[in-house]
Amino acid sequence: MSGDPQRASAAGKNVRLPAAGKWLLWLFIVLAAAAAWWLVYGNLERFANWLVYGALGMSAGNRLASALAFFVFEAPKVLMLLLVVVFGVGIVRSFFTPERTRRMLAGRRQTAGNVLASLLGVVTPFCSCSAVPLFIGFVTTGVPLGVTFSFLIAAPMINEVALVLLFGLFGWKVAGLYLGTGLVIAMVAGWVIGKLRLERWVEGWVYATAPASSAVGTEGRMSLAEHVSSGRDAVKDIVGRVWPYVLAGIAVGAGIHGYVPEQLMASIMGKGAWWSVPLAVVIGIPMYSNAAGIIPVVQALLEKGAALGTVLAFMMSVIGLSLPEVIILRKVLKMPLIATFVGVVGVGILVVGYLFNIVL
Amino acid sequence: MKIEVLGTGCPKCMSVEQNVKKALAELELQADVEKVTDIQQIIQKGVMSTPALVIDGKLVLQGKNPTVEQLKELFKGA
Repeated sequence: MSGDPQRASAAGKNVRLPAAGKWLLWLFIVLAAAAAWWLVYGNLERFANWLVYGALGMSAGNRLASALAFFVFEAPKVLMLLLVVVFGVGIVRSFFTPERTRRMLAGRRQTAGNVLASLLGVVTPFCSCSAVPLFIGFVTTGVPLGVTFSFLIAAPMINEVALVLLFGLFGWKVAGLYLGTGLVIAMVAGWVIGKLRLERWVEGWVYATAPASSAVGTEGRMSLAEHVSSGRDAVKDIVGRVWPYVLAGIAVGAGIHGYVPEQLMASIMGKGAWWSVPLAVVIGIPMYSNAAGIIPVVQALLEKGAALGTVLAFMMSVIGLSLPEVIILRKVLKMPLIATFVGVVGVGILVVGYLFNIVL
Repeated sequence: MKIEVLGTGCPKCMSVEQNVKKALAELELQADVEKVTDIQQIIQKGVMSTPALVIDGKLVLQGKNPTVEQLKELFKGA
Protein backbone atom coordinates (compact mmCIF):
# COMPACT_ATOMS: atom_id res chain seq x y z
CA MET A 1 0.00 0.00 0.00
CA SER A 2 2.63 2.54 1.00
CA GLY A 3 3.71 4.42 -2.11
CA ASP A 4 7.44 3.97 -1.83
CA PRO A 5 8.89 6.27 -4.51
CA GLN A 6 12.31 4.62 -4.52
CA ARG A 7 10.93 1.17 -5.13
CA ALA A 8 8.60 2.51 -7.81
CA SER A 9 11.44 4.15 -9.72
CA ALA A 10 13.55 1.03 -9.35
CA ALA A 11 10.74 -0.98 -10.90
CA GLY A 12 10.64 1.58 -13.70
CA LYS A 13 14.35 1.04 -14.32
CA ASN A 14 13.95 -2.71 -14.53
CA VAL A 15 11.65 -2.28 -17.49
CA ARG A 16 14.39 -0.19 -19.14
CA LEU A 17 12.09 1.99 -21.15
CA PRO A 18 13.43 5.26 -22.47
CA ALA A 19 11.24 8.26 -21.66
CA ALA A 20 9.73 8.39 -25.15
CA GLY A 21 8.93 4.68 -25.00
CA LYS A 22 7.17 5.19 -21.70
CA TRP A 23 5.00 7.90 -23.22
CA LEU A 24 4.18 5.70 -26.18
CA LEU A 25 3.20 2.90 -23.82
CA TRP A 26 0.89 5.26 -21.94
CA LEU A 27 -0.59 6.55 -25.15
CA PHE A 28 -1.21 2.98 -26.25
CA ILE A 29 -2.92 2.10 -22.94
CA VAL A 30 -5.14 5.19 -23.11
CA LEU A 31 -6.12 4.51 -26.72
CA ALA A 32 -6.82 0.84 -26.00
CA ALA A 33 -8.98 1.77 -23.01
CA ALA A 34 -10.88 4.33 -25.09
CA ALA A 35 -11.46 1.80 -27.87
CA ALA A 36 -12.66 -0.85 -25.41
CA TRP A 37 -14.96 1.71 -23.78
CA TRP A 38 -16.40 2.71 -27.12
CA LEU A 39 -16.92 -0.88 -28.21
CA VAL A 40 -18.78 -1.83 -25.03
CA TYR A 41 -20.78 1.41 -24.99
CA GLY A 42 -21.86 1.02 -28.59
CA ASN A 43 -23.13 -2.52 -28.09
CA LEU A 44 -25.02 -2.12 -24.82
CA GLU A 45 -28.45 -1.92 -26.41
CA ARG A 46 -27.84 -5.00 -28.54
CA PHE A 47 -26.57 -6.84 -25.47
CA ALA A 48 -29.64 -5.84 -23.39
CA ASN A 49 -32.03 -7.01 -26.10
CA TRP A 50 -30.08 -10.22 -26.61
CA LEU A 51 -30.07 -10.95 -22.86
CA VAL A 52 -33.74 -10.29 -22.23
CA TYR A 53 -35.37 -11.51 -25.43
CA GLY A 54 -32.77 -14.05 -26.52
CA ALA A 55 -31.00 -15.65 -23.56
CA LEU A 56 -33.87 -15.29 -21.10
CA GLY A 57 -36.39 -15.99 -23.81
CA MET A 58 -38.92 -13.39 -22.71
CA SER A 59 -41.48 -12.32 -25.23
CA ALA A 60 -41.68 -8.81 -26.67
CA GLY A 61 -44.60 -6.86 -25.24
CA ASN A 62 -44.16 -8.46 -21.82
CA ARG A 63 -44.07 -5.65 -19.22
CA LEU A 64 -41.38 -7.22 -17.08
CA ALA A 65 -39.23 -7.80 -20.15
CA SER A 66 -39.61 -4.19 -21.22
CA ALA A 67 -38.63 -2.94 -17.73
CA LEU A 68 -35.71 -5.35 -17.56
CA ALA A 69 -34.35 -4.47 -20.99
CA PHE A 70 -34.56 -0.78 -20.04
CA PHE A 71 -32.54 -1.36 -16.88
CA VAL A 72 -29.90 -3.62 -18.44
CA PHE A 73 -29.32 -1.02 -21.17
CA GLU A 74 -29.55 2.25 -19.22
CA ALA A 75 -27.71 1.35 -16.01
CA PRO A 76 -24.32 0.43 -17.52
CA LYS A 77 -24.67 3.18 -20.11
CA VAL A 78 -25.11 5.92 -17.53
CA LEU A 79 -22.39 4.53 -15.26
CA MET A 80 -19.92 4.39 -18.17
CA LEU A 81 -20.71 7.97 -19.15
CA LEU A 82 -20.34 9.04 -15.53
CA LEU A 83 -16.87 7.51 -15.27
CA VAL A 84 -15.60 9.37 -18.32
CA VAL A 85 -17.22 12.74 -17.65
CA VAL A 86 -16.46 12.87 -13.92
CA PHE A 87 -12.84 11.99 -14.68
CA GLY A 88 -12.63 14.78 -17.27
CA VAL A 89 -14.37 17.33 -15.07
CA GLY A 90 -12.09 16.35 -12.17
CA ILE A 91 -9.06 17.16 -14.31
CA VAL A 92 -10.52 20.48 -15.50
CA ARG A 93 -11.43 21.49 -11.93
CA SER A 94 -7.90 20.81 -10.71
CA PHE A 95 -6.84 23.86 -12.74
CA PHE A 96 -9.16 26.10 -10.72
CA THR A 97 -9.34 26.94 -7.03
CA PRO A 98 -11.79 29.19 -5.17
CA GLU A 99 -8.86 31.51 -4.41
CA ARG A 100 -7.95 31.92 -8.07
CA THR A 101 -11.60 32.44 -9.00
CA ARG A 102 -11.93 35.11 -6.33
CA ARG A 103 -8.92 36.97 -7.67
CA MET A 104 -10.46 36.92 -11.14
CA LEU A 105 -13.76 38.28 -9.81
CA ALA A 106 -12.57 40.89 -7.32
CA GLY A 107 -13.51 44.41 -8.34
CA ARG A 108 -15.51 43.29 -11.40
CA ARG A 109 -18.53 45.30 -12.34
CA GLN A 110 -22.02 44.01 -12.73
CA THR A 111 -22.93 42.34 -16.05
CA ALA A 112 -19.43 41.30 -17.16
CA GLY A 113 -18.84 40.09 -13.61
CA ASN A 114 -22.07 38.10 -13.60
CA VAL A 115 -21.20 36.38 -16.86
CA LEU A 116 -17.69 35.50 -15.70
CA ALA A 117 -18.87 34.36 -12.25
CA SER A 118 -21.47 32.02 -13.73
CA LEU A 119 -18.92 30.44 -16.06
CA LEU A 120 -16.38 30.09 -13.26
CA GLY A 121 -19.12 28.56 -11.09
CA VAL A 122 -19.21 25.63 -13.48
CA VAL A 123 -15.49 24.84 -13.36
CA THR A 124 -14.49 25.80 -9.81
CA PRO A 125 -14.61 22.97 -7.29
CA PHE A 126 -17.39 23.75 -4.86
CA CYS A 127 -19.02 21.94 -1.99
CA SER A 128 -22.21 23.42 -0.58
CA CYS A 129 -20.84 22.87 2.94
CA SER A 130 -18.25 25.58 2.30
CA ALA A 131 -20.80 28.01 0.82
CA VAL A 132 -20.58 30.27 3.87
CA PRO A 133 -16.80 30.73 4.11
CA LEU A 134 -16.77 31.17 0.35
CA PHE A 135 -19.50 33.81 0.47
CA ILE A 136 -17.66 35.78 3.16
CA GLY A 137 -14.33 35.32 1.40
CA PHE A 138 -15.85 36.76 -1.79
CA VAL A 139 -17.82 39.75 -0.50
CA THR A 140 -15.13 40.98 1.91
CA THR A 141 -12.47 41.12 -0.78
CA GLY A 142 -14.31 43.24 -3.28
CA VAL A 143 -16.42 40.77 -5.25
CA PRO A 144 -19.81 42.53 -5.63
CA LEU A 145 -22.81 40.86 -3.98
CA GLY A 146 -24.63 40.18 -7.25
CA VAL A 147 -21.52 38.67 -8.83
CA THR A 148 -21.06 36.44 -5.76
CA PHE A 149 -24.64 35.26 -6.18
CA SER A 150 -24.10 34.42 -9.83
CA PHE A 151 -21.31 32.14 -8.70
CA LEU A 152 -23.33 30.63 -5.86
CA ILE A 153 -26.25 29.89 -8.17
CA ALA A 154 -24.24 28.42 -11.05
CA ALA A 155 -21.92 26.28 -8.92
CA PRO A 156 -24.50 23.82 -7.58
CA MET A 157 -27.05 24.14 -10.39
CA ILE A 158 -24.77 23.13 -13.22
CA ASN A 159 -23.67 19.81 -12.00
CA GLU A 160 -21.68 17.24 -13.95
CA VAL A 161 -23.70 14.29 -12.72
CA ALA A 162 -26.95 15.90 -13.83
CA LEU A 163 -25.37 16.82 -17.16
CA VAL A 164 -24.28 13.22 -17.77
CA LEU A 165 -27.69 11.83 -16.89
CA LEU A 166 -29.45 14.31 -19.13
CA PHE A 167 -27.08 13.55 -21.98
CA GLY A 168 -27.34 9.79 -21.50
CA LEU A 169 -31.10 9.61 -21.08
CA PHE A 170 -32.42 12.57 -23.13
CA GLY A 171 -29.66 13.29 -25.63
CA TRP A 172 -27.31 16.21 -26.20
CA LYS A 173 -30.01 18.76 -27.01
CA VAL A 174 -31.64 18.57 -23.60
CA ALA A 175 -28.24 18.48 -21.88
CA GLY A 176 -27.24 21.59 -23.84
CA LEU A 177 -30.50 23.36 -22.99
CA TYR A 178 -29.96 22.61 -19.33
CA LEU A 179 -26.40 23.96 -19.44
CA GLY A 180 -27.37 27.08 -21.39
CA THR A 181 -30.50 28.01 -19.46
CA GLY A 182 -28.77 27.23 -16.14
CA LEU A 183 -26.01 29.71 -17.01
CA VAL A 184 -28.52 32.34 -18.09
CA ILE A 185 -30.49 31.98 -14.85
CA ALA A 186 -27.31 32.35 -12.79
CA MET A 187 -26.23 35.44 -14.77
CA VAL A 188 -29.61 37.17 -14.72
CA ALA A 189 -30.54 36.28 -11.12
CA GLY A 190 -27.16 37.53 -9.86
CA TRP A 191 -27.51 40.68 -11.95
CA VAL A 192 -30.98 41.38 -10.55
CA ILE A 193 -29.83 40.81 -6.96
CA GLY A 194 -26.92 43.17 -7.60
CA LYS A 195 -29.20 45.87 -9.06
CA LEU A 196 -31.50 45.68 -6.04
CA ARG A 197 -28.60 46.71 -3.76
CA LEU A 198 -29.40 44.33 -0.97
CA GLU A 199 -26.12 44.65 0.95
CA ARG A 200 -28.07 45.83 3.99
CA TRP A 201 -29.63 42.37 4.25
CA VAL A 202 -26.29 40.66 4.66
CA GLU A 203 -25.65 39.96 8.35
CA GLY A 204 -23.63 42.86 9.78
CA TRP A 205 -20.75 40.78 11.08
CA VAL A 206 -19.91 39.55 7.60
CA TYR A 207 -18.58 42.89 6.36
CA ALA A 208 -16.96 43.47 9.75
CA THR A 209 -14.93 40.30 9.32
CA ALA A 210 -11.54 41.27 8.00
CA PRO A 211 -10.20 38.21 6.24
CA ALA A 212 -6.56 37.53 6.88
CA SER A 213 -5.45 38.28 3.33
CA SER A 214 -5.30 34.75 2.14
CA ALA A 215 -1.54 34.40 2.09
CA VAL A 216 -1.73 30.72 1.42
CA GLY A 217 1.15 28.50 0.51
CA THR A 218 -1.11 25.72 -0.73
CA GLU A 219 -1.42 26.86 -4.30
CA GLY A 220 1.68 25.47 -5.96
CA ARG A 221 1.69 24.40 -9.58
CA MET A 222 0.57 20.84 -10.19
CA SER A 223 2.28 18.39 -12.47
CA LEU A 224 0.40 16.62 -15.24
CA ALA A 225 0.37 13.42 -13.16
CA GLU A 226 -1.22 15.34 -10.27
CA HIS A 227 -3.95 16.71 -12.54
CA VAL A 228 -4.69 13.19 -13.75
CA SER A 229 -4.78 11.89 -10.20
CA SER A 230 -7.28 14.65 -9.33
CA GLY A 231 -9.50 13.21 -12.03
CA ARG A 232 -9.14 9.78 -10.51
CA ASP A 233 -9.95 11.12 -7.04
CA ALA A 234 -13.07 12.79 -8.43
CA VAL A 235 -14.21 9.48 -9.89
CA LYS A 236 -13.63 7.70 -6.57
CA ASP A 237 -15.40 10.42 -4.62
CA ILE A 238 -18.35 11.28 -6.88
CA VAL A 239 -19.08 8.04 -8.71
CA GLY A 240 -18.43 6.14 -5.47
CA ARG A 241 -21.06 8.28 -3.79
CA VAL A 242 -23.81 8.49 -6.44
CA TRP A 243 -23.84 5.06 -8.07
CA PRO A 244 -26.42 3.53 -5.71
CA TYR A 245 -28.77 6.45 -6.41
CA VAL A 246 -28.23 6.13 -10.13
CA LEU A 247 -29.07 2.44 -10.03
CA ALA A 248 -32.09 2.98 -7.76
CA GLY A 249 -33.34 5.80 -9.98
CA ILE A 250 -32.95 3.74 -13.14
CA ALA A 251 -34.69 0.80 -11.45
CA VAL A 252 -37.70 2.99 -10.60
CA GLY A 253 -37.56 4.48 -14.09
CA ALA A 254 -37.52 0.95 -15.54
CA GLY A 255 -40.62 0.10 -13.51
CA ILE A 256 -42.43 3.17 -14.82
CA HIS A 257 -41.21 2.40 -18.32
CA GLY A 258 -42.67 -1.09 -18.19
CA TYR A 259 -45.80 -0.68 -16.10
CA VAL A 260 -47.21 2.86 -16.23
CA PRO A 261 -49.68 3.24 -19.09
CA GLU A 262 -48.82 5.56 -21.99
CA GLN A 263 -50.08 9.14 -21.71
CA LEU A 264 -50.97 8.82 -18.02
CA MET A 265 -48.62 11.68 -17.24
CA ALA A 266 -49.95 13.88 -20.02
CA SER A 267 -52.85 15.05 -17.86
CA ILE A 268 -50.67 15.68 -14.77
CA MET A 269 -47.37 16.96 -16.16
CA GLY A 270 -48.31 17.68 -19.76
CA LYS A 271 -48.25 20.98 -21.62
CA GLY A 272 -51.95 21.54 -21.12
CA ALA A 273 -51.71 21.81 -17.35
CA TRP A 274 -50.51 25.40 -16.68
CA TRP A 275 -49.98 24.75 -12.97
CA SER A 276 -47.61 21.86 -13.60
CA VAL A 277 -44.51 24.12 -13.89
CA PRO A 278 -44.93 26.01 -10.58
CA LEU A 279 -45.89 22.76 -8.88
CA ALA A 280 -42.73 21.09 -10.19
CA VAL A 281 -40.59 23.96 -8.82
CA VAL A 282 -42.25 23.89 -5.38
CA ILE A 283 -41.90 20.12 -5.07
CA GLY A 284 -38.29 20.36 -6.18
CA ILE A 285 -37.07 22.77 -3.47
CA PRO A 286 -37.08 20.38 -0.48
CA MET A 287 -35.69 17.54 -2.58
CA TYR A 288 -31.97 17.67 -2.48
CA SER A 289 -28.86 16.51 -4.28
CA ASN A 290 -30.13 13.22 -5.56
CA ALA A 291 -30.35 14.44 -9.10
CA ALA A 292 -28.70 11.13 -9.79
CA GLY A 293 -31.76 9.27 -8.58
CA ILE A 294 -34.37 11.70 -9.83
CA ILE A 295 -33.40 12.16 -13.47
CA PRO A 296 -34.01 8.56 -14.59
CA VAL A 297 -37.46 8.69 -12.96
CA VAL A 298 -38.16 11.96 -14.69
CA GLN A 299 -37.06 10.53 -18.01
CA ALA A 300 -39.52 7.68 -17.68
CA LEU A 301 -42.27 10.17 -16.82
CA LEU A 302 -41.43 12.24 -19.87
CA GLU A 303 -41.85 9.18 -21.98
CA LYS A 304 -45.35 8.82 -20.58
CA GLY A 305 -46.41 12.26 -21.75
CA ALA A 306 -44.95 14.78 -19.30
CA ALA A 307 -43.78 18.02 -20.92
CA LEU A 308 -40.06 18.75 -21.28
CA GLY A 309 -40.25 22.28 -19.81
CA THR A 310 -41.97 20.97 -16.72
CA VAL A 311 -39.36 18.28 -16.32
CA LEU A 312 -36.49 20.74 -16.80
CA ALA A 313 -38.01 23.11 -14.22
CA PHE A 314 -38.31 20.25 -11.76
CA MET A 315 -34.69 19.24 -12.25
CA MET A 316 -33.34 22.74 -11.84
CA SER A 317 -35.40 23.30 -8.75
CA VAL A 318 -34.15 20.07 -7.20
CA ILE A 319 -30.51 20.87 -7.91
CA GLY A 320 -30.34 24.67 -7.86
CA LEU A 321 -32.60 25.52 -4.97
CA SER A 322 -31.83 23.22 -2.12
CA LEU A 323 -33.21 23.59 1.36
CA PRO A 324 -30.00 22.60 3.19
CA GLU A 325 -28.00 25.20 1.26
CA VAL A 326 -30.57 27.88 2.07
CA ILE A 327 -30.38 26.94 5.76
CA ILE A 328 -26.58 27.17 5.66
CA LEU A 329 -26.74 30.59 3.96
CA ARG A 330 -29.13 31.87 6.64
CA LYS A 331 -26.03 32.28 8.84
CA VAL A 332 -24.82 35.13 6.64
CA LEU A 333 -27.99 36.43 4.96
CA LYS A 334 -31.08 37.96 6.54
CA MET A 335 -34.46 36.51 5.67
CA PRO A 336 -35.47 39.12 3.05
CA LEU A 337 -32.30 38.41 1.06
CA ILE A 338 -32.85 34.65 1.31
CA ALA A 339 -36.41 35.16 0.10
CA THR A 340 -35.20 37.36 -2.77
CA PHE A 341 -32.59 34.76 -3.74
CA VAL A 342 -35.10 31.89 -3.77
CA GLY A 343 -37.69 34.12 -5.46
CA VAL A 344 -35.46 35.38 -8.27
CA VAL A 345 -34.01 31.95 -9.03
CA GLY A 346 -37.46 30.37 -8.76
CA VAL A 347 -38.92 32.85 -11.25
CA GLY A 348 -36.01 32.16 -13.60
CA ILE A 349 -36.72 28.45 -13.47
CA LEU A 350 -40.44 29.07 -14.05
CA VAL A 351 -39.68 31.13 -17.13
CA VAL A 352 -37.44 28.35 -18.47
CA GLY A 353 -40.14 25.76 -17.82
CA TYR A 354 -42.88 27.73 -19.59
CA LEU A 355 -40.55 28.73 -22.42
CA PHE A 356 -39.74 25.14 -23.29
CA ASN A 357 -43.31 24.01 -22.95
CA ILE A 358 -44.29 26.69 -25.47
CA VAL A 359 -41.36 26.39 -27.85
CA LEU A 360 -40.97 22.62 -28.05
CA MET B 1 2.95 20.48 17.38
CA LYS B 2 -0.53 21.95 17.22
CA ILE B 3 -2.91 20.78 14.51
CA GLU B 4 -6.20 22.48 13.76
CA VAL B 5 -8.83 20.93 11.51
CA LEU B 6 -11.07 23.64 10.07
CA GLY B 7 -14.54 22.72 8.92
CA THR B 8 -18.19 23.36 9.55
CA GLY B 9 -19.07 19.74 10.21
CA CYS B 10 -19.56 18.25 6.77
CA PRO B 11 -18.74 14.55 6.29
CA LYS B 12 -15.44 15.40 4.57
CA CYS B 13 -14.24 17.40 7.59
CA MET B 14 -14.96 14.49 9.91
CA SER B 15 -12.91 12.15 7.77
CA VAL B 16 -10.00 14.62 7.79
CA GLU B 17 -10.01 14.59 11.58
CA GLN B 18 -9.97 10.80 11.64
CA ASN B 19 -7.17 10.64 9.07
CA VAL B 20 -5.13 13.14 11.08
CA LYS B 21 -5.40 10.94 14.16
CA LYS B 22 -4.53 7.84 12.17
CA ALA B 23 -1.48 9.52 10.61
CA LEU B 24 -0.26 10.72 14.01
CA ALA B 25 -0.69 7.26 15.47
CA GLU B 26 1.23 5.67 12.60
CA LEU B 27 4.09 8.13 13.02
CA GLU B 28 3.88 7.77 16.81
CA LEU B 29 3.75 11.56 17.12
CA GLN B 30 2.16 13.55 19.89
CA ALA B 31 0.15 16.61 18.91
CA ASP B 32 -2.76 18.74 20.02
CA VAL B 33 -5.58 18.13 17.57
CA GLU B 34 -8.27 20.78 17.65
CA LYS B 35 -11.43 20.98 15.59
CA VAL B 36 -12.41 24.52 14.57
CA THR B 37 -16.06 24.78 13.57
CA ASP B 38 -16.74 28.47 14.18
CA ILE B 39 -17.14 30.21 10.84
CA GLN B 40 -15.68 33.52 11.96
CA GLN B 41 -12.55 31.81 13.23
CA ILE B 42 -12.24 29.88 10.00
CA ILE B 43 -12.55 33.04 7.91
CA GLN B 44 -9.98 34.85 10.00
CA LYS B 45 -7.41 32.26 9.02
CA GLY B 46 -8.01 33.20 5.39
CA VAL B 47 -9.80 29.98 4.51
CA MET B 48 -12.53 29.88 1.87
CA SER B 49 -12.93 26.21 1.21
CA THR B 50 -13.23 23.62 3.91
CA PRO B 51 -11.95 21.20 5.08
CA ALA B 52 -8.66 22.95 5.82
CA LEU B 53 -5.66 22.08 7.94
CA VAL B 54 -3.49 24.40 10.04
CA ILE B 55 -0.22 23.19 11.56
CA ASP B 56 1.35 25.43 14.22
CA GLY B 57 -0.62 28.41 12.96
CA LYS B 58 0.32 27.87 9.32
CA LEU B 59 -2.33 26.99 6.75
CA VAL B 60 -1.11 23.95 4.83
CA LEU B 61 -4.18 22.58 3.10
CA GLN B 62 -7.61 23.78 2.09
CA GLY B 63 -10.55 22.43 0.16
CA LYS B 64 -8.97 19.01 0.02
CA ASN B 65 -9.53 15.72 1.69
CA PRO B 66 -5.97 14.42 2.22
CA THR B 67 -5.08 10.76 2.54
CA VAL B 68 -3.28 9.39 5.58
CA GLU B 69 -0.09 9.13 3.50
CA GLN B 70 -0.25 12.78 2.44
CA LEU B 71 -0.84 13.82 6.04
CA LYS B 72 2.17 11.83 7.21
CA GLU B 73 4.37 13.71 4.70
CA LEU B 74 3.00 17.03 6.02
CA PHE B 75 3.60 16.08 9.65
CA LYS B 76 7.13 14.85 8.98
CA GLY B 77 7.96 18.20 7.39
CA ALA B 78 6.54 20.22 10.29
